[in-house]
Amino acid sequence: MPKLSLSTTGPLAALVLLIVLGAFLNDNFLSAGNITNVLARSAFIGMIAVGMTFVITSGGLDLSVGSMAAFIAGMMIMAMNAMLPTLGIGIPLVLAGMAVALLVGLLAGLGNGLLITRAGIEPFIVTLGTMGIFRSLVTWIADGGTLSLDFEARQFYRPVYYGGIFGIAWPIIVFAVVAVAGEIAMRHTRFGRYCEAIGSNDKVARYSAVKVERMQLWTYVALGLLVGLATILYVPRLGSASGSTGLLWELEAIAAVIIGGTALKGGYGRVWGTVVGVLILSLIDNILNLADLVSPYLNGAIQGVIIVLAVVLQRGKSSAEGR
Amino acid sequence: MTAVLELRDVRKSFGPIEILHGIDFALHAGEVHALIGENGAGKSTVMKILGGYLEPTSGGVLLDGKPAQYHSGAAAEAQGVVVIHQEFNLAPDLTVADNIWLGREMGGLFLDHKAMRAGAQALLDQLDCPVSPDARIRDLAVSDRQMVEIAKALGRKARVLIMDEPSAVLTHREVEVLFRMIDKLRAAGVALLYTSHRLEEISHLADRITVLRDGAVVRQAQRGELTEDGMATAMVGRDLNDIFPPRRADFGPVVLEVEDFAVPPLVQGVSLSLRRGEVLGISGLVGAGRTELAEGLVGLRPHHGQIRRNGVPVSIRNLSDAAHHRIAYLTEDRKERGLLLAKTLRENLTLSTLSRFGGALISRPAEEAALTQAISDFDIRAPSRDMAVGNLSGGNQQKLLLAKTMLPEPEIVIIDEPTRGIDIGTKSQIYHFIDRLAREGLSVIVISSDMPEILGLSDRVLVMRQGRVAGVLDGAAISETAVVRLVMGTTETVADEKAPAHA
Repeated sequence: MPKLSLSTTGPLAALVLLIVLGAFLNDNFLSAGNITNVLARSAFIGMIAVGMTFVITSGGLDLSVGSMAAFIAGMMIMAMNAMLPTLGIGIPLVLAGMAVALLVGLLAGLGNGLLITRAGIEPFIVTLGTMGIFRSLVTWIADGGTLSLDFEARQFYRPVYYGGIFGIAWPIIVFAVVAVAGEIAMRHTRFGRYCEAIGSNDKVARYSAVKVERMQLWTYVALGLLVGLATILYVPRLGSASGSTGLLWELEAIAAVIIGGTALKGGYGRVWGTVVGVLILSLIDNILNLADLVSPYLNGAIQGVIIVLAVVLQRGKSSAEGR
Repeated sequence: MTAVLELRDVRKSFGPIEILHGIDFALHAGEVHALIGENGAGKSTVMKILGGYLEPTSGGVLLDGKPAQYHSGAAAEAQGVVVIHQEFNLAPDLTVADNIWLGREMGGLFLDHKAMRAGAQALLDQLDCPVSPDARIRDLAVSDRQMVEIAKALGRKARVLIMDEPSAVLTHREVEVLFRMIDKLRAAGVALLYTSHRLEEISHLADRITVLRDGAVVRQAQRGELTEDGMATAMVGRDLNDIFPPRRADFGPVVLEVEDFAVPPLVQGVSLSLRRGEVLGISGLVGAGRTELAEGLVGLRPHHGQIRRNGVPVSIRNLSDAAHHRIAYLTEDRKERGLLLAKTLRENLTLSTLSRFGGALISRPAEEAALTQAISDFDIRAPSRDMAVGNLSGGNQQKLLLAKTMLPEPEIVIIDEPTRGIDIGTKSQIYHFIDRLAREGLSVIVISSDMPEILGLSDRVLVMRQGRVAGVLDGAAISETAVVRLVMGTTETVADEKAPAHA
């Protein structure tokens, strides 16, 4: 795309503006520690948001990802605790835990996807339902409290969140890989093209021999896997899961996608935009915490304004293009 | 006699480009004024200015000789200037009666459903329209929606009625009802503007004809002054002796046979055969099951019965199967089923054959090359390659859709309404494309509601009526009367014939 439109440059400009503002307000803002902190925290929502970009682009929606993350974290911790006596503390235990997380994520995504594509229920309804189910299940399993990973295992697992290579934390590296892979998938593979086609007009896609249901199913499965991946990196941070793990992640992920310029009604996906959207949301949070200009309690309000503003700018763009 | 509604030296520019160059145009009470021209000649813009949807850049709009005081479509309607758009202005989830009275509901605090229902019924009766006032628009056939639009205009006591290609979606019989209605409105003193690509309708209906070409009036004539040939020549600016290509004579072996084919619930017991290098026309009323048959044949609808390809029985359960057997289908619904209007030419062209372009990653250069080829093969005229397909003219959209359909190099292509809503110049081009395909050894099935098209293109004509084959005409037996007889079912009487459950 040689032309730069407002919806491409807008979020990027906002991001730059936030960085300048942050640097101006606090000397620590541009320190390696703070940057790592912001990026690592963005990584979980970021990976989920990249998956969400495909779901939304193909005309779907997934409200269950936050609850799904809590559920996966719960299952992963329980599985690791259960396997601890046989496997002992070590890499096999961690790998087994990761496999469980990915498997549960895949199955959860598959469940959402099948209900939507096979049973033909609206994505909003299906995932509203599973959102309640996943969260309630994890609360029930934890009996209203917290599921904690064995202390020794937690110590061993910690570097997956806190460690890294060349001074870059693992979550940041994984997020970068996911983002690049997502961008390539969206722009340069048939899967991405089909997602956009289905979201634009699923009838046209169907009449063009695109396997609409199968593609939509894949978007939910991929999202489930990415939620699993995000959970793998999230669990070592706290080493526990409860009914409030991943609360409102779904809204943050959807917000990041929308801020990034992907159309909520589908047909137009932007993975880079999503990455920028995630960073904008985390930076607002970070700046409010660092600077005492505005109360951090207003974080949600400012994010809300940004989301609405992003959509208004998008609308301005589409009416300028004319129809 | 003063005109009811008049344009005086109207110019209209979009940005730096002037697209109407000083139009003088008047609608008189009790007259049908036809506005004709190719796609892009400026008809829609003229209608939008008359209807208050657009303001002229310069020049005047006069209502009853005084400058018109409306600046929106709604304000124009309030003064009796009503436009019936090609894309209908109906709320699909509301009932017929709700739509007819939309914005002018009867009753006070609470709606007077009874009065609105009765009023709607009276308007529909005037139109001989069997639709129930309680039906939802969503459930109606396109032709019935058109009637509801007209009823809605009548309900608004229109003094000026502007109709943008009202007959494009109607069948023969429905067009007759429409014409009777127009006659009634004319007798009642309504000033009517009528547009259509069907010139025989124009010579039948119009008291006055204005021909637009490239944003200027090139000819104005009274009834009887202009033959259909004359109209076409004025519209195109050159002679159109050969709208249709000459007939082909060399046919190869049978490439497709269909026996006892059914697409429930409508299509039953259809048998047909198709030879190499042949154009088979399928005629019939809207709702006769033509599209259902075609969609069944390419696996878009569940069906049963036997399909033999080059004599070998095949099973076609989906479009991929059809593509595997080298059968392609071009849908009648270009905007909703054929093309992604918000996407570029390239993305549309390759959508159904994407696996041919590159491996794991799509090869952009290969796609661009295919687009370059398609643009030259099918004479697609796009101001820019990167533009959204929705901004192309209907004719160029259709050429692109044809290019997309031909990209997998099918041996059999089924084209459903090849030229709906397309100007006569592009029509002729598409006819020659179809002829070229047949001469190159493809077999073509053309489904069309346009009688001259069926007569001018087909080597054989198959007529469908109520989901069955009413008859097949070959060579010299093809004539308008013969086709119409079969369409209407006047040659044979079938005792147990019933109207289909839904239209």
